[in-house]
Amino acid sequence: MLGLLALVLFGLLPAGGRETTFGLSTSSDFVHLGPVTVPSKASAVVLSVLALLAAAYAGWCVSRARRVGRWVTIVFAVLWVLAFLTWAVAGKSTSLVSLLAGSLFLAVPLAFGALGGLIGERAGVVNIAIEGQLLTGAFGAAVFASIVSNAYLGLVAAPVAGLVIGALLALFTVKYHVNQIIVGVVLNVFAVGLTSFLYSSVLKENAATLNSPPRLPTLPIPVLGDIPVIGPVLFRQTLLVYLLYVAIVVGAIALFRTRWGLRVRAVGEYPAAADTVGIDVNRTRWGNVLLGSMVAGLGGAFFTVGSVGAFSQEMTAGKGYIALAAMILGRWSPWGALGAALLFGFSDKLQQVLGVLGTAIPNQFMLMLPYVVTIFAVAGLVGRVRGPAADGVPYVKE
Amino acid sequence: MLAFVLALVIGALLIVFTTESVTSTLSYFFSKPGDFFSAAWSAVSDAYVAMFRGAVINDRGWDFRTVFTPLTETMTVATPLIIAALGVAVAFRAGLFNIGAQGQVILGATFAGYIGFTWHLPVVVHVLVALVGGLLGGAIWASIAGVLRARTGAHEVIVTIMLNYVALYLLAYLLTTRFFTQSGSNQPKSPAVGPNANLPLLLGDHFRLNAGFLVAILAAVFVWWLMTRSTWGFRFRAVGSNPNASRNAGIGVATTFIAVMAVSGALAGLAGAVQVLGTEKSLTGGIAGSLGFDAITVALLGRSKPLGIFFAGLLYAALDVGGRSMEAATGTPIDLVLVIQSLVVLFIAAPPLVRAIFRLPAPRPDAKGARA
Amino acid sequence: MKLELRGITKRFGPLVANDHIDLVVEPGEVHALLGENGAGKSTLMNVLFGLYKADEGEIVVDDEPVAFKGPGDALAAGIGMVHQHFMLVPVFTVAENVMLGHEPTRGGGLLDLDAARRTVRELSDRFGFGLDPDAVVEDLPVGVQQRVEIVKALVRDARVLILDEPTAVLTPQETDELIAIMRELKAQGTSIVFITHKLREVKAVADVITVIRRGAVVGSASPDAAETELAAMMVGRAVSLGVDKAPAEPGEETFQVEHLTVRDANGIAVVDDVSFSVARGEILAVAGVQGNGQTELSEAVVGLVPATGSIRLEGRELVGLSPHEILDAGVGFVPEDRTVDGLVLDFTVAENLVLDLHDRKPFARGVALDLGAIRKNARERIEEYDIRTQGPAQEVGRLSGGNQQKVVVARELSRPLKVFVASQPTRGVDVGSIEFLHKRIVAERDNGTPVVIVSTELDEVAALADRIAVMYRGKIVGIVPADTPRAVLGLMMAGAGAEEAREQATETELDQLADEHTHETGAQQ
Repeated sequence: MLGLLALVLFGLLPAGGRETTFGLSTSSDFVHLGPVTVPSKASAVVLSVLALLAAAYAGWCVSRARRVGRWVTIVFAVLWVLAFLTWAVAGKSTSLVSLLAGSLFLAVPLAFGALGGLIGERAGVVNIAIEGQLLTGAFGAAVFASIVSNAYLGLVAAPVAGLVIGALLALFTVKYHVNQIIVGVVLNVFAVGLTSFLYSSVLKENAATLNSPPRLPTLPIPVLGDIPVIGPVLFRQTLLVYLLYVAIVVGAIALFRTRWGLRVRAVGEYPAAADTVGIDVNRTRWGNVLLGSMVAGLGGAFFTVGSVGAFSQEMTAGKGYIALAAMILGRWSPWGALGAALLFGFSDKLQQVLGVLGTAIPNQFMLMLPYVVTIFAVAGLVGRVRGPAADGVPYVKE
Repeated sequence: MLAFVLALVIGALLIVFTTESVTSTLSYFFSKPGDFFSAAWSAVSDAYVAMFRGAVINDRGWDFRTVFTPLTETMTVATPLIIAALGVAVAFRAGLFNIGAQGQVILGATFAGYIGFTWHLPVVVHVLVALVGGLLGGAIWASIAGVLRARTGAHEVIVTIMLNYVALYLLAYLLTTRFFTQSGSNQPKSPAVGPNANLPLLLGDHFRLNAGFLVAILAAVFVWWLMTRSTWGFRFRAVGSNPNASRNAGIGVATTFIAVMAVSGALAGLAGAVQVLGTEKSLTGGIAGSLGFDAITVALLGRSKPLGIFFAGLLYAALDVGGRSMEAATGTPIDLVLVIQSLVVLFIAAPPLVRAIFRLPAPRPDAKGARA
Repeated sequence: MKLELRGITKRFGPLVANDHIDLVVEPGEVHALLGENGAGKSTLMNVLFGLYKADEGEIVVDDEPVAFKGPGDALAAGIGMVHQHFMLVPVFTVAENVMLGHEPTRGGGLLDLDAARRTVRELSDRFGFGLDPDAVVEDLPVGVQQRVEIVKALVRDARVLILDEPTAVLTPQETDELIAIMRELKAQGTSIVFITHKLREVKAVADVITVIRRGAVVGSASPDAAETELAAMMVGRAVSLGVDKAPAEPGEETFQVEHLTVRDANGIAVVDDVSFSVARGEILAVAGVQGNGQTELSEAVVGLVPATGSIRLEGRELVGLSPHEILDAGVGFVPEDRTVDGLVLDFTVAENLVLDLHDRKPFARGVALDLGAIRKNARERIEEYDIRTQGPAQEVGRLSGGNQQKVVVARELSRPLKVFVASQPTRGVDVGSIEFLHKRIVAERDNGTPVVIVSTELDEVAALADRIAVMYRGKIVGIVPADTPRAVLGLMMAGAGAEEAREQATETELDQLADEHTHETGAQQ
């Protein structure tokens, strides 16, 4: 259905005769690819038709009661987005590389946040406080990096700052069995209050010494960074992005291939069963909440040393909630979380790009997009997906 | 009460260690510890006294008006908070987490505001119609989450959080269209609501306190009646405690979920309407402030009971209003209030923790100061 | 290994669940712990396994006092436990469940799944369990899940194995297999503590029997003791589980179920083309092992699960109606798990008594509740059903299991019914309440209401039924008269048709089983 809409909207309706230009490389590239210019109407039609074919294939699979491969969905989505882009950028030019690199960049805090969240939730503690952890992480990174004048040390401070919120979350939920959603919501308020208070009372007056952190430099990786398109997108990023790659891979292996992961998942699924084989449920939950909050806190470093530098009040602006959505959309798995974060990062970047280009869609609707996508995803796709069974349930022993 | 004291103490510590006149005494703490304590005491007491003067009664006022302005200001700020918190509480009691009061407030304000500045109706009727519009706006917005929860099992926490943002951007968009802006203006601000749609002021022109406060009281009474004396409330509570048993007893769980969200959202929408018709008078992108999120805190603070919420709303508003005058008087940032508010809720939610802290030896703050 | 419990006392608030219990388990013996539901057996074993902390008393292993801080300590001391509710993570595989807690690793904390698979296969082969290490636990039948639990304990070198009500969820045939496994374990040197309230199983396998009543040891017995004697010890008086009831006088068949099919989320028919009918003034008992579709059958009657086929009550079709409409049509329903499906635990007794009637006269006027009428109704029901409570305003969650069940039954029987469906009406209820509830159910029958009882307890089926329908894997394998011998019912519960079961029972085990049956009947009178 969406494919049909795309065909009509992007392909047939707009006047033809305009051209869309995609820049595929930056001027510093080792291998220089010329920009690709295509007639927008024709290519939008072609892409839409291809997307329709993919959709038809999926429909055929369903009618034959076969499982629809995930690749079909991905192919469909890619084609659809390309058709959309071709239409939206018609008559102008944009750099595909910067679009993709920017998407990855914007996905960083979301992916860290989602990873931090799922580490806690796999052990059965709902973490609504990702937002607060990102915020304190951003704050800690900015302040510490300013004091020592070293952006990398900011990356050390960020997890520690996130840990403050994590420790409070664990204290109230694991030790005192307070409802996890309530604690999460309140801790977000607490984080906003605390960082804003310290910002106004301390940072503002001493901005030069306390709130002017250096930024993380871009570290191109030799060889890999020179691959056309992929290179600049994946391997000309900051250390924080490379840390994300590591965190996702390590997270995925640790959760599903190690003793630690098995125990964590058991605690999140059926704590009583874990208890009867001698696993300390509440200690596991403490550990995971703390670890998760450190990961999320590290993601918070993105907002300050990872991008703009100085800390400002409430600068995370709800990204923690999107991270929460990415976690659910990614079905509580590190790779899924990364994928969902990339999706949201992409829509965010796209909104920026289109905002600059000035297209027909009001800016506000583009800003809404990630949230609407999440609602559809939660209602449509994920309704049937199970989270950890004991997520959110305190473990109380006699 | 202890929770409140404890939160104030932690707030005091924050003030102490962020005020320059105090921290400067630390450098010679061991030679003259008295300086530190007197500086700390004056910083903290100045801030809290300013807060009290700003929020409750200004004992330095020179006439009736200046003495009581703070209290009425607190009541004005509390009005939409109480109403929205009642909405959150209705959902809590039915086992649903309505984190989306913010979005519902926005939609309520939008509906009420639109009716307020475009329609022209007689006195009384206009304001009532606008209030009903607010109810509807909030109810519709919340029902989306209710329907999705009932039909697909999508968790209302996630959906309502997302709807908050959608509402925010929706309003921002509407304020760029010609239906919502003053003609000839590029400001994202609507025209003022018509005079007939204003909630009348209660204490004359010198105070902002308006009939919205009466609406809040009515809403509290209504919620009390709804939850304890009506068949609807009976079903809400039954489904909230045990949906399985309720289903077995022939109660439609799905329809109850939707009804709960609609009622909850209607109240939040009413709060938005009161805000736009009583206090703000015109619609802006920031009309809801952080009302919807504060409402959650107030609902928790009031333990989801109408009377508790009424007083929690007043307390919360007092901290807010007082925080503003504290900032003006002593330069202590108002954000301290957020810290105190969130700590109060946490401490109230975990009584064993508060007890554990108060069993500790008394001179704890001093010991902390010495260590620092 | 010799295991001793000395003076174990465990209190939950004012309730003393275990009162100075002494118990000695000698190496290599099967020690049966016999007691009613709620006698304190499970509490005792949870203390032994380190899940609960005892208020008084000590645990002694091989003459050394030990202190268990948690199950980990108990496991380390060689005590394994198979819980009544399996402690298996449903989404994990067999191997993952078995390895959980002492996982073989390949360095760096990486799991060695192959080693775990090998261990499962070895143990499975040694005892003939036939387990697939890679099967996901939630897909396995309960009998197999139980073996996974046993393997879990054996992997940890358990020398004392506690089996908590292991046969509650098994078919008679699976029970026989379990008994064989217990004998095999014993032969290989493992001691077993076997917790149960079923006399026949105790006699079949136990070396020593300790009887517990109301939290205290009331004595021990040898397996040769007569069942009547054991039953009397267990309950504290002569038992009469049989209800004094007049022969049924079936009237018109007003409740008819035809070709009823219920599918689960995976599309599998859990109730498969079931047909039966019940007459006014008759009790039909639906017997079967837990999980053979009885639950879904009863839920389909009330419209809680979607079903196809037909259910007619006095000519009116119920399939497709909402639960609300079905209750209105005159169906009374007691769900099998009162705390989950029957009661709102933090509601008061009064509120629970009108849970289904709260929006009707006389309890509501329009949308307003009439609290006075609700209170009055509560006082009457409390009186009539002898519900032991501090008053109508007490929270139901604070009542005992028996009194909670009375609240559910009182609520359902308090309005005029055209059919009464009760699922496990006396599960986890004390003997006094069982007798009371049974009398009430029979009284409802004598009022001329068709009654359907779903029960997994053959004792209850025998006590109440005028006819017995046996379910197996979603189908009714046969409907037989109330006086059908247990041996035949047992075979039917394992899937044999009525005729087939009767023949088999005659050919092979009739003498022996008939013998036991007479004991059983003896025990009941």
